[in-house]
Amino acid sequence: MDRLAYIAMTGAKQTEVAQAITANNLANVSTTGFRADLHAFSQRDVEGTGLPTRTNAVVDAYGIDLREGAIQTTGHNLDVAISGEGYFAVQTPNGGEAYTRAGNFRVGSGGLLTTADGMPVIGEGGPVAVPPNETLLIGNDGTITVRSLGQGPEALSIVDRLKLVKPDPESLVKGPDGLLRTADGAIAPADATVSVQSGALESSNVNVADALVSMISLARQYESQVNIIRNAEDNADAAAAMLRSSGG
Amino acid sequence: MNQGLWIAKTGLDAQQTRMSVVSNNLANVGTTGFKRSRAAFEDLVYQNIRQAGGQSSQDTILPSGLYLGTGVRVVGTEKTFNQGNIVQTGNNLDMAILGRGFFQVDLPDGTAGYTRNGSFQLNATGELVTSGGYRLQPAITIPQGTQSLTIGTDGVISVTLAGQSQPTQVGNLQLVDFVNPGGLQPRGENLFVETTASGTAQTGTPGLTGLGTLSQGSLESSNVNVVEELVNMIETQRAYEMNSKAISTNDQMLQYLNNNL
Repeated sequence: MDRLAYIAMTGAKQTEVAQAITANNLANVSTTGFRADLHAFSQRDVEGTGLPTRTNAVVDAYGIDLREGAIQTTGHNLDVAISGEGYFAVQTPNGGEAYTRAGNFRVGSGGLLTTADGMPVIGEGGPVAVPPNETLLIGNDGTITVRSLGQGPEALSIVDRLKLVKPDPESLVKGPDGLLRTADGAIAPADATVSVQSGALESSNVNVADALVSMISLARQYESQVNIIRNAEDNADAAAAMLRSSGG
Repeated sequence: MNQGLWIAKTGLDAQQTRMSVVSNNLANVGTTGFKRSRAAFEDLVYQNIRQAGGQSSQDTILPSGLYLGTGVRVVGTEKTFNQGNIVQTGNNLDMAILGRGFFQVDLPDGTAGYTRNGSFQLNATGELVTSGGYRLQPAITIPQGTQSLTIGTDGVISVTLAGQSQPTQVGNLQLVDFVNPGGLQPRGENLFVETTASGTAQTGTPGLTGLGTLSQGSLESSNVNVVEELVNMIETQRAYEMNSKAISTNDQMLQYLNNNL
């Protein structure tokens, strides 16, 4: 059979993968601080005997969309959104550091400030521990102030400051857990220019119109690939018919 | 089978759960002492299809890899313990907590339950009970022939009996607090129970060590913000529609494939 069919098959298969990336973006349209995944097709020459006339299209992840999501005010004092560039640092289960824009924090039973799925949030000196308090405020620079239980408003104390980082966006890659890490595994230094807004959350930055259009366009692309496979089949049929008639 | 279908399905599932949470909040907009919930979303694990930095030949490396997300899930529903509005009822057995803390009640199985709903009533023996009949802890009995009942902001309950001019104290109401109220498990009937995540209950006198004070003759209403919930509902519905659109598109692709090959 003609190799054309295989080229088109690769195209169709890779279009399905791209469609899966788009579907994942759409599924995460309400995930706090989610960064949309980008994809691009790149060419891979089919090597072997004969002339190099055939090129497969292969889908590549193209990093993440760095645009900011909309800020939604929630009024919850443990919700923090980053205004502008920057990330929160969290501690992964193996002790490493990862970065996220999702600021829907909570206080665990041990008093540790954690993300929604329980990863400790890193402050200036490691994971942030919050004492039992009546009021907790997170300042624009990430400073956490509490009024301890039974204390008056005059006895505010500073607990820690969130570690806010601003690594080179190009160097960030998404890990299997959806958190961002620097590509070379280096720990990003704290950056004092990052500012946060408390009582607010950043929504997912998935651009719905883009995603829906991309989905339609991929579906049509898929249909074209399928058509090519059918053409290859028709060609093979025609060739077989000719051989049959000349043989008979 | 096509991955896109299953990924979009996780989106539908998650939005469906969020809709349930929103509906429950709206249904409890008039429930005394109700605390609203919020669904927290998280992206599911990513499949590493092609490692970035892998060798594409002996001396070239792949500049970018391919990580394929597998959808979304609801990682938890968190309660927001903001203070609800205080509503005056004038009923002398109604109490609202201004600030932190919970009333402790005895559940039928002997364990403790915690509630912010302060609409208490008397049972046949004169004990303070919730509308579900669960006894307030520490137990307080109001004697027969009580003419008037006063609950102080610090929980001291005093009554004036018939034929007496001086009030007598019948008990001290105490409140309990948790390090992480968000970790309490809602049990229905306006009750919460302790979990490992909430920390252990710390009992104290209202108004001291950070506990709220009591306000007699008033109740704390639900802290559901109706406008916010309606906006959430609209957003959820649209996100649901988009995910179902992703499913139908994937379905059409497969249909085209089946019909044409």
